[in-house]
Amino acid sequence: MADIAFLKEMAKNLRIEIVKMLALAGSGHTGGSLSSADIVTALYFYKMKHDPKNPNWHARDRFVLSKGHAAPVLYAALAMSGYFDKSLLGTLRKINSPLQGHPCCKSLPGIEVSTGSLGQGLSVANGMALGLRLDGLPSRVYCLLGDGEIQEGQIWEAAMSASHYKLDNLCAIIDHNNLQIDGCCSEVMDVSPIDEKFKAFGWNVFNIDGHNMEEIVEALDEAEKIKGKPTMIVAKTIKGKGVSIFEGKVQYHGIAPTKEELEIALKELSNGKN
Amino acid sequence: MGKIECSCDLIELTELCGKDMATRDAYGITLVELGKKNPNIVVLDADLSCSTKTVLFRKNFPERFFNMGVSEQDMIGTAAGLALTGKIPFASTFAIFATGRAWEQVRQTVCYSNANVKIVATHGGITVGEDGATHQALEDVALMRVIPGMTVIVPADAYETSQCIVTISEYYGPVYVRLGRAKVPAVMPLEYKFRIGKSHVFNIGKDVNIIANGLMVSEALKASEILNKEGIHTGVANFSTVKPLDEETLLEIAKKSKLIITVEEHSIIGGLGGAVSEFLAENYPIPLRRIGIKDTFGCSGDWKELLKIYGLTAQNIVEVAKEFFKK
Repeated sequence: MADIAFLKEMAKNLRIEIVKMLALAGSGHTGGSLSSADIVTALYFYKMKHDPKNPNWHARDRFVLSKGHAAPVLYAALAMSGYFDKSLLGTLRKINSPLQGHPCCKSLPGIEVSTGSLGQGLSVANGMALGLRLDGLPSRVYCLLGDGEIQEGQIWEAAMSASHYKLDNLCAIIDHNNLQIDGCCSEVMDVSPIDEKFKAFGWNVFNIDGHNMEEIVEALDEAEKIKGKPTMIVAKTIKGKGVSIFEGKVQYHGIAPTKEELEIALKELSNGKN
Repeated sequence: MGKIECSCDLIELTELCGKDMATRDAYGITLVELGKKNPNIVVLDADLSCSTKTVLFRKNFPERFFNMGVSEQDMIGTAAGLALTGKIPFASTFAIFATGRAWEQVRQTVCYSNANVKIVATHGGITVGEDGATHQALEDVALMRVIPGMTVIVPADAYETSQCIVTISEYYGPVYVRLGRAKVPAVMPLEYKFRIGKSHVFNIGKDVNIIANGLMVSEALKASEILNKEGIHTGVANFSTVKPLDEETLLEIAKKSKLIITVEEHSIIGGLGGAVSEFLAENYPIPLRRIGIKDTFGCSGDWKELLKIYGLTAQNIVEVAKEFFKK
């Protein structure tokens, strides 16, 4: 059983680390890191089988952050899990840091594949799912996508493949915050209806509130029971979730909090406005 | 870049020595042999398995063969995912699609992750023939060579191809191998042992040395015969590995040459000629001529005719050498 209170507290802690490391870095992607914090928390602190002491354990579950710009949420989850010391978070985006602006698997344990160029992660997740299945392992693969990201054509190639190869050990999640760099997804390039599109591609689809921990946990549990097809969780989220001054504001896609904004953010997050 | 010994039993592959055969055919045969020996070998194709010859692996090991349909970007990403779970994926399609359509996937997902993916592309070069410019990859070597961490190999004949395929399966890291559609003459001797990053010197000439790879090795050998008869002392070396370049041997050859000629079935920009020029310009500047496709697209036609039209024959090499020594 999932300890929902613990997970909510952990998500809050992840958000605190996210805004702190971004403010220190002075650049980076605030909105999309905060919007996916609850999902990533549920994966790393509830659902996934992984061992921070042995990051290359072959039978582990895999997580592919296809929306690589949300690196801070992944770095926070890895640090809080114990993959590396939390003090490393302060080196984000600096010279010689293993915490690159977008995740690099060659420089940091726990990163499964280098990502950042959008649209490429789902194919990799498919390949991992095929490889684990060939080995007869029960391990699962999770892949986090952005809603702007699914405008990339390769996503739909991969959507076909996952269904064609009946990858029921694959669960993808879309962080559906409906904002991308140039504005609303629906205005820049309408991606809706996301759920119907993936259903048409042969996927099992769940629509959830991506900030409701009970719903996230339930969807991840249910996905595991689905046989013969991959599952897509369309998680409705709010960009910048958890900090009122960032919430729903497109300009915080690619900029870091200032000192003053960090103070406000830490105050709100600590007060548990989550 | 690591150089490894070939531990796989190559005895049966020596059967390919002396056989005139398309390098893609040698690839298909070798993949099956590899598949028997190593259960971690998996193969991906993008709806061209009958042309790339991965169809042979597909028939023998259907559970380890993945047809990705006409989606090269997804194929390369899927191959990376398989590699990251410990498999040794060979991903094949035509050279233009593997390196052009999926270039960014090769750069970002494969090479930046150092994923152990072997991209073995067929239908490289002008000898694709009748299909014309859209299907003739004349830039693929340049596109792959520029990516950090990528190894680039253009085997000369069936025998070298089979050794190359076995060797790269035992080497960890991304590799691009460029193969051809047309039947090519056997050129590599029985005692030849392929090594990543090691060239094969047939002989060193006192006047001119021809640095070639792929199908052009056989044209270079023919040219050297003619030139030697005409009193221009000519040597030939097969630089099948374009990256990492065998700089040591190249320098040794250059020091004995009055002229270096590079010959490749590829654009003169960025391929073997580019790599050799870059190295020699900085380390041992001597006269050099590049023979290849001169910054243009190909066209449809019989492949042997195309080689003549685009200046990729022994006769062209002879003319370039004679022109130099006339001065």
